[in-house]
Amino acid sequence: MKILVCIKQVPNTTKVDIDEETGVLKRDGADTKLNPYDLFALETALWLKEERGGTVTALTMGPPQATAILKEAFMMGVDEGALLSDQAFAGSDVLATSYAMSQGISLMGDVDVIVCGKQTTDGDTAQVGPEIAEALDIPHATNVTKIIDVGDQGLRIEVEMGDSLELQDIPFPCLITVDADIFVPRLPSYKRKIATAQREIRTIKCSELPDQDPNRYGLSGSPTQVERIFPPESSTQKVMIKGTGDEAAVVFYEKLKELKFL
Amino acid sequence: MARLFINALKERALTKEQREEAVSLCPFGAIELSRGELEINSGCKMCKLCVRNGPEGIFEYVENEALSDAPPQTDKGAYRGIAVYIDNAEGSIHPVSLELLGKARELADKVNHPVFALFIGSNISGVAEGLLHYGVDEVFFYDSPLLENFLPEPYTNVFADFVEKVRPSSILIGATMAGRSLAPRVAARCRTGLTADCTKLDIKENTDLVQIRPAFGGNIMAQIVTPKHRPQIATVRYKIFAAPERSERPSGKVTQCSIAEEKMVGRVQLVRITKNEKKLSIADADVIVAAGRGIKSQKDMAMVRELADLLGGQVASTRPLVETGWVEPQRQVGLSGRTVKPKLIITLGVSGSVQFRAGMENADIIVSVNRDENAQIFDVSHYAIVGDIYEVVPKLIEQIRRGEGSDRHV
Repeated sequence: MKILVCIKQVPNTTKVDIDEETGVLKRDGADTKLNPYDLFALETALWLKEERGGTVTALTMGPPQATAILKEAFMMGVDEGALLSDQAFAGSDVLATSYAMSQGISLMGDVDVIVCGKQTTDGDTAQVGPEIAEALDIPHATNVTKIIDVGDQGLRIEVEMGDSLELQDIPFPCLITVDADIFVPRLPSYKRKIATAQREIRTIKCSELPDQDPNRYGLSGSPTQVERIFPPESSTQKVMIKGTGDEAAVVFYEKLKELKFL
Repeated sequence: MARLFINALKERALTKEQREEAVSLCPFGAIELSRGELEINSGCKMCKLCVRNGPEGIFEYVENEALSDAPPQTDKGAYRGIAVYIDNAEGSIHPVSLELLGKARELADKVNHPVFALFIGSNISGVAEGLLHYGVDEVFFYDSPLLENFLPEPYTNVFADFVEKVRPSSILIGATMAGRSLAPRVAARCRTGLTADCTKLDIKENTDLVQIRPAFGGNIMAQIVTPKHRPQIATVRYKIFAAPERSERPSGKVTQCSIAEEKMVGRVQLVRITKNEKKLSIADADVIVAAGRGIKSQKDMAMVRELADLLGGQVASTRPLVETGWVEPQRQVGLSGRTVKPKLIITLGVSGSVQFRAGMENADIIVSVNRDENAQIFDVSHYAIVGDIYEVVPKLIEQIRRGEGSDRHV
């Protein structure tokens, strides 16, 4: 079985500030990590491999330094890593990102299952997975909470729908986005770190992708545009209560009574 | 293609210090030093901050070099109407869809467009008629036993048919489990833009939808537009907008549509549906006590629970506490958790990222306790208690217990 897992490097901190005079976004760009939800996708991919055999490939898109998260994936047991990296991808929104990813995936041979995390912690959109599935014209399921069975033709999965749980049969090739909690992610191993230190990471440039239409990638391939960024406004009238713990607690208590919550 | 590049001639004249300074211009780490020279890597978000704030002439932004490469422009005038996807939760309408109908009316009136509703399901003509009490001009419904339950592929096929026939300018979709699975598939099929979890929507005279949402996972709001594509699609969480009043008299009309049978059958087989046992939903709680990173250890959650119990409320938390495993994921408030609109929310040691605030700022009353006078949570709080939660909360609990005791004696 050929399993592919999509991962992303995200900023380690969500602390961002805007310089109100210049409009400059102040963020420490150097501090990054693997998107925490991707750990569950990686674990799911590795579990599938253990069940059925095969290989796990991790694919990401980003700047050259995103190889760091592919190395992390190796430390968990992933067999191959590839990075889509090119200035032509700069400014990609969801549509352009998922299209580039789908093109990258098509270079990986016949993939049976694509596993994605629930969402990223920087974009928080949870949209790239289903858009990759549509670009590849394969079925998808989101919010997968369990894999009940791995068959020859497909997976039997449990899908969280809010008010209900659905049992679904999804045939290969398919894409699933998995919930946090589907499996407990294994820890990276030091032994594997040493063993995979020299393993090559394939970098894929835009010129290697099958579709060479420049209007599908980067800024040109992105229908959405960020017009402006601004700090959130605070319009609420507020009452400040200061004082020692005792005083504040008394005022707090009286307030709750006054508001009839007690 | 638009491109951002570095003027090599002028770059050579820079000193080492100037180069290092230039690297720090980019909040995304997309400017790097490679063999001593400045380079732009694929982390570039084309925000053009370097063009604006960098040394004169070094960073240049060039719009399409060859016009023939420009993407085909959509004729915006050919698209009319604000459409709302009606989320069909087992034969009844998810309330977020009504909230979106209210917002759609508001937007449509600004540009003199009609409001459409798209409703997909089985045996739904009666419910479709009911939508006419919520200010819709036309309800399009696709009714077939094959469409009884939501599945991404058949519903996307129906949606694509609707877009082709009706050509709405904007589409609003509730960010329910189904909506979040459907919207991206539809957007990719239509090759158009999709903005997730908008917290504010407006519309320009030229019918561009103004979509505002927290961005970069942090304390920044982004205003996003889809200037060259139609339809423009946005998802919105439940309880962000207010639901419109039901009007006594229906207005507008319903139109039944259909597509070929084979398009209503996808590759995924639905084997069984089980109702979730009435799971805890903080979204329905009237009172919420939300803990943040001010909580130092897992055992201190007991104090949070005790306060919630005394107020007859539910415990909730920010994302970090869910990530450490101290709080169950269903209790997470924020964009990646639940959106809540309780009568009262008390936050304890919550700093107040946009991510979190977007999930709770519509609460009727917000009381926050934080040691830091400048904590961002205070920006949305009605009552800001500047103090240590480890001092204030135990005293408050004691006070409530004492109060209850004396009440009982009276």
